[in-house]
Amino acid sequence: MKVYFDHNATTPLHPEVKKEMIAGMEMFGNPSSMHAYGREARANVEHARAQVANFIGAKENEIIFVGSGSEANNTVLSLFVCSSSQCIPGSRRSTIITTKIEHPCVLETAECLAHRGVKVKYLAVDRYGKIDLDQLASLLNDNVGLVSVMMANNEIGTLQDIETITKMVHESGAYMHTDAVQAVGKVPVDVRELGVDFLTISAHKIYGPKGVGALFVKQGIPYCPLIRGGHQERGRRAGTENTLGILGMARAVEMRMVEMPEEEERLHTLKQVLQKGIEERIDDISINGHPTDSLASTLNVSFTGVEGEAILLYLDLEGIAVSTGSACASGSLDPSHVLLATGVDAELAHGSIRFSMGRETTLQEVEYLLDVLPRVIKQIRNMSTAYIKGGLHATSR
Amino acid sequence: MLQAGEWAYSETLKEHFMNPKNILQGENTDDFDGVGMEGNLQCGDQMMVVIKVDKAKDTITDCQWKTYGCASAIASTSVLSEMVKGRTLDAAFHISPKEVAQELGGLPDHKIHCSVLGDKALRAAINNYYTRNGQEDKVKQELVKVVCQCMNITDHDIEDAVLEGARTYFELQERTKCGTVCGQCKEETEVLLEKFKHIHFGA
Repeated sequence: MKVYFDHNATTPLHPEVKKEMIAGMEMFGNPSSMHAYGREARANVEHARAQVANFIGAKENEIIFVGSGSEANNTVLSLFVCSSSQCIPGSRRSTIITTKIEHPCVLETAECLAHRGVKVKYLAVDRYGKIDLDQLASLLNDNVGLVSVMMANNEIGTLQDIETITKMVHESGAYMHTDAVQAVGKVPVDVRELGVDFLTISAHKIYGPKGVGALFVKQGIPYCPLIRGGHQERGRRAGTENTLGILGMARAVEMRMVEMPEEEERLHTLKQVLQKGIEERIDDISINGHPTDSLASTLNVSFTGVEGEAILLYLDLEGIAVSTGSACASGSLDPSHVLLATGVDAELAHGSIRFSMGRETTLQEVEYLLDVLPRVIKQIRNMSTAYIKGGLHATSR
Repeated sequence: MLQAGEWAYSETLKEHFMNPKNILQGENTDDFDGVGMEGNLQCGDQMMVVIKVDKAKDTITDCQWKTYGCASAIASTSVLSEMVKGRTLDAAFHISPKEVAQELGGLPDHKIHCSVLGDKALRAAINNYYTRNGQEDKVKQELVKVVCQCMNITDHDIEDAVLEGARTYFELQERTKCGTVCGQCKEETEVLLEKFKHIHFGA
């Protein structure tokens, strides 16, 4: 049996998206061309823009198609090193606030900006991954230009209260960005309700194609392109549009509108089955993330005395795909920065696995996982030093 | 279109991961003549090696192990346990991480530290055997000392960083990533920092 529990990494194309894209392969015109080929492509790109805008309650002219969620996040943060008068006046409001649990594309851009003179402050999170609103209040002042807080965390699924955060940020006169890559298409997202100035979306997390995403920029908010040299996207993102990708993305959000409401409850039930099954069948585990304010599709579990990559690869041998934010698998030696920020100790962070489900996940698949997982954990613990006589966890057995 | 490729690991490594050889069963190590342990759980890698020795010939007759770690850590200890059987204590003591990696058909760069821990645990087991058998004179000390187990940072790395300009614990961390994971080595690192500052700069 082959089962996929890694939907937060990426998702398979929705069959409807696939159909749309296959049909769209005949369309090759450049949307900037004035002839019929170009006008066909232009019409489709603009139709797609309207669908994406509609999905998040935005206006069409507030949607910029980009190459990825990472590009959108880089673009927003990079507004703050430009001192052009069109841009947010970096000289006066030269501080950015973000969190310790952002995706690396935010954290590494922030780090780079810090080297270029921008002050960056990082919000701490509690044991469930929620940011501390009091700390945010204490950091907000006239110097803060932008606050960037992810809506749903990719590793533990914790959701932040973006609406409240945005109100606080706006009261201080700063702009608000949220990386909503893991939230859009899984929970309702309306940019007017949230009040945000910038919001990031990615297509491949919601059964759309890879290599395309969208950045919402509220009308009237200062903006400066990251990629220059073309009038595409009203001069906001140069480069010939990824017409086929954009077509697929629009179909993906359309299908989300239809399927999302029913799906969240179904996934929530599956998550409960999975969590309960793991708790009942395996000793010495702990659940990471918020018990209620969390994505219905995401369950992150720490297994005492075993290292994550070993779990991932033994499960791979059984046809089960999961992910680890830990050390070895990702090629660095550091355990997940998200789990460490929530106060999970380093050993448990090393032994953490993220199970992320999606629209095609079935109860049978969850049961198969629950069948295999206890055996794999037992096998790894049998060879682990954590359970030897006098070892750290020997007494608990 | 291509099918799913193989793992980032060699076939030999994969085989040792799937079917590890010589795992120590249970918790009891009393039947063994030498026990060695290296690494710690906080860093994500820990290995224990136990050996049985033919005392007349000074040869290793059996080697078993437990490992907490990733696939290459598990495979490294497994292959090491096969390599040492029948070797003299002296020959086994000189097995290098490179030989372990070679026997595994190579290791990705960022996994080299896994094979380093295994042969360190083996040397600790051999030293433990010497100590138990009144041969303390044969116990060999490690020439370099790993201070930060997580990032595999030695006292030499810390000295180098000081020579290159690190003056505070923070600067040392920026240069070496020392103590950035579990942080247990902070106190020891700070003592070394002051020591090397004093030796090289009279500070």
